[in-house]
Amino acid sequence: MTETVQTPQTEPARQGNDRMRRAFFRFRQSTLSMVGAGMVAVVLFFTVFGTMLAPYPDHVAGGVETAARFQPPSAGHPFGTNELGQDVLSLVMAGTTVSVLAGFGVVLIGSVIGTLVGSVAGFVGGWADEVLMRLTDLTLTIPSLILAMAIAAALGPGFANMVIAISLSWWPGYARLVRGEVLAAREEVYVTAARAIGANPARILFRHILPNVVSPIIVKMSLDMGFAILTVAGLGFIGIGVRPPTPEWGTLLSLSRSYMPDYWWTAMAPGMAMFLAVFGFNLLGDGLRDILDPKARR
Amino acid sequence: MLYFILRRIVLLVPVVIGLTVIMFAIARLLPGDPVALAAGPNATQGEIEALAHEFGLDRPVWTQYFTYVGGLLHGDLGTSLLTRRPVAADIAAYLPATLELVIAAMLIAVAIGIPLGLATAVWRNRWPDYLSQVVAIGAISMPRFFLGLLLQLCFAMWLMWLPLGGRLPIIVIPPPSVTGFLTIDTLIAGDMHAFSMAMRHLAMPAIAMSLSPLATIMRMMRASTIEVMNQDYVTTARALGLPRGKIILKYVARNAISATLTVIGLYFGWLLGGTVLVETVFDWPGLGLYATKAIISQDMMPVIGVALVIGLLFVAANLVIDLLYGVINPKVRYS
Amino acid sequence: MAGPLLRIRDLHLTMTSFDGAAHVLNGIDLTVQRGEIWGLVGESGCGKSLTGLSISRLVPTPPARYIRGEIRFEGRDLLQLPMREVQTLRGKRIGMIFQDPTTNLNPAYRIGEQLVDVALAAASHDASVLDCPADASRREKRRAARRLAGDMLDRVGIPNAKARLDNYPHEFSGGMRQRVLIAMALIGRPDLLIADEPTTALDVSVQAQILKLLKGTVADHDIGIILITHNLGVVAETCSHVAVMYAGNIVESGPVEEVIERPAHPYTQALMAAIPTKQSKRGTLKGLGGSVPNLVSPPPGCRFAPRCPLAVAECTQALPSAVEVGTAHHAACIRVTGTEVASDV
Repeated sequence: MTETVQTPQTEPARQGNDRMRRAFFRFRQSTLSMVGAGMVAVVLFFTVFGTMLAPYPDHVAGGVETAARFQPPSAGHPFGTNELGQDVLSLVMAGTTVSVLAGFGVVLIGSVIGTLVGSVAGFVGGWADEVLMRLTDLTLTIPSLILAMAIAAALGPGFANMVIAISLSWWPGYARLVRGEVLAAREEVYVTAARAIGANPARILFRHILPNVVSPIIVKMSLDMGFAILTVAGLGFIGIGVRPPTPEWGTLLSLSRSYMPDYWWTAMAPGMAMFLAVFGFNLLGDGLRDILDPKARR
Repeated sequence: MLYFILRRIVLLVPVVIGLTVIMFAIARLLPGDPVALAAGPNATQGEIEALAHEFGLDRPVWTQYFTYVGGLLHGDLGTSLLTRRPVAADIAAYLPATLELVIAAMLIAVAIGIPLGLATAVWRNRWPDYLSQVVAIGAISMPRFFLGLLLQLCFAMWLMWLPLGGRLPIIVIPPPSVTGFLTIDTLIAGDMHAFSMAMRHLAMPAIAMSLSPLATIMRMMRASTIEVMNQDYVTTARALGLPRGKIILKYVARNAISATLTVIGLYFGWLLGGTVLVETVFDWPGLGLYATKAIISQDMMPVIGVALVIGLLFVAANLVIDLLYGVINPKVRYS
Repeated sequence: MAGPLLRIRDLHLTMTSFDGAAHVLNGIDLTVQRGEIWGLVGESGCGKSLTGLSISRLVPTPPARYIRGEIRFEGRDLLQLPMREVQTLRGKRIGMIFQDPTTNLNPAYRIGEQLVDVALAAASHDASVLDCPADASRREKRRAARRLAGDMLDRVGIPNAKARLDNYPHEFSGGMRQRVLIAMALIGRPDLLIADEPTTALDVSVQAQILKLLKGTVADHDIGIILITHNLGVVAETCSHVAVMYAGNIVESGPVEEVIERPAHPYTQALMAAIPTKQSKRGTLKGLGGSVPNLVSPPPGCRFAPRCPLAVAECTQALPSAVEVGTAHHAACIRVTGTEVASDV
């Protein structure tokens, strides 16, 4: 509609710039996204510095103070102490590292596997597409939490094993997403043009197709972060995954169950930490989706 | 129609094969020695080998697999290493509890989520809408097991209105099993006391399970309602003077629900596999608890069986949704 | 003599967007009498559809805002009327038909049911629409509405109309669906029918049938029609009057023969020249490059000036007002004075 005089060379650049400007404008307009971004920033801060800043670092390392068992919240222990006399706040602060890193690991590994599977399926097509997508659909059919639990139990306890186990049930969503986007991008004029001049297929995939798939992947990753953290905590809650004394929110919560209702405060801090971290990531992801993924925009 | 259903049932065969292959691969190729675990810490090497031989675990994986598939054809899902009970019988005993929980949760989610989504779409961009959007994202972010704990703490431990867990108190004699759903079986038996007990036990786990699908269905319904309200036929209906209430409740709602239906189907399957945590919190004797116990002792036959049954139920749920979709959307039905 | 059926005066409408407020309607004047078919022509984005939607008050406010002017339907200003009152006019007094027959019928309901709903809505404001007493039971009303629906389908030329009431929209061809929509628009016996590009999505042969149907409706029921289109050929065939719109203004209006034979405004002349079937003085469309101007910051003066082959310096001074150039024939161009017509000599 807008008719202004522009030379052809500057047009795409200006449009791109304009799009970024508008996207940023919309993001700033959305209070919720800003709140989410703020919450995520706090969570990331504790991911890095949580252990360092914990008021009782020796409790984080596994130190026990039996004389101070089950103290209710007070100035010295804002969230009280647990059955071992450890400061709940310190444990939860340090637990941020495990939960967020594990969640990030899951999303990262899941998205890498899914992107590989999806781009090969979409780009090569034919039987490769058929086989890979059937495998993807099958994996989607298996209840993911049970699959992750089974793999984690078989691999044995530990941070890395838990991340791997969850990732193995996490990739199919990305595979489907990427395949769809690759199929769409394949038909774009610039890809046809690149093929016509005989560009190397791998080059076409990495230079021309995948860059266009990046923003939906980022949107999905940000939306998935919260659920990955929830899944990690869920495994911890059931007793599969990292073991104490490594502080982890789900494990902390499951331990506190035995001391309800008298020592209820031992459950509040880990539970609320989980909720707030996931809430922040979901608010941010929701805002990012509205901005970066025009198809899903309301 | 019949052809459509038959075709979908035939398509289940590769799903079953695929599922069993994947689960077998996980069960056999990953490290861990379930036999030693099952035999107990004091078992001698000979005892372990005898146990492995008894269950055929000393044979090649392929032989084991074909034995298993052969059993499947007779409805045999193998035998638990730990309890030595047939897996099929165990699943038949635990599945109704899980189904009852999931169906109750979905009923709550649909009954509240759909009208709420419709309402927030109609009153969009006003403060109740904004508030409900925030609350919905909050609800999705709430860990179900933490919510379960909070509910227990409030309503079972402090207020003591509702029981802490389980399906029925020990002192209540369970009704003769017809459907396996205690809420329905107690009604069939005409035992109102047991029925109210069953409902009270079901309430908290079902609410804890329903929150996240409720929020998702609400958001989906809101989005699809907004989309439908922008459709040309809604403009036409407005231009031709149909009353606003009729447009929304008749012309918009039906089309918006058909878009939301897919999400409901996906969520149903997802909840079936996601009862583990809530069942753990509320000590609800369903498939999730059963699978968890088996997983912790690396007793793989029950795990494979549960994954298979849930996988098939997931596919079946989506088939039902597709059929419902045809009921709502005549275009699909005829083509 | 009664006043005009519809009289739009000096209608100004702005739309707020990311870039600012766009002046999308900039002083529309239009008078429609019963028995007239007005063609509203112009390029996409010129505001012709918004004019039509404004009459039914279907333009969402915000983002739209009516700055000035009035839309009088039988003397009552629709812009001042509460929406509850407007609601009683829609379907009953003012009918609408939209462009795409594939998307304007609800795919989930049988067409009979959709027709019945419209008839019942109209009957709730005027019981005489249905051929049954006002205090009839719901069931009787439904039955009467269904009878009426069958008659309407029959009247718009759908073969075997009664049986087809139970069909779903996707079971009809595009032309038949447009007939259904016309039946839906006419079932409440409106006095004014607004048809927004009713034939654009249809085959040429079907198009002619639909236009004939609209023309017949005016003759039979003495109603007024506003036919919104970008096709001057359609206007020439169907309409009694035409208004040419450009960038939110009506630049020329009058009886259809007058305007087509003696186009006064350079834009109309250019449009005429673009019709291959008509014998045109200037042949091809020359010098009309570019597109509809940016309405957030429109060019000063005449909005057509930047593209006008005849533009002179004064054109950018002020928006020209309409001048009578023939019997009921007006044009808004400073190069037009009295009965003289703009030309490049």
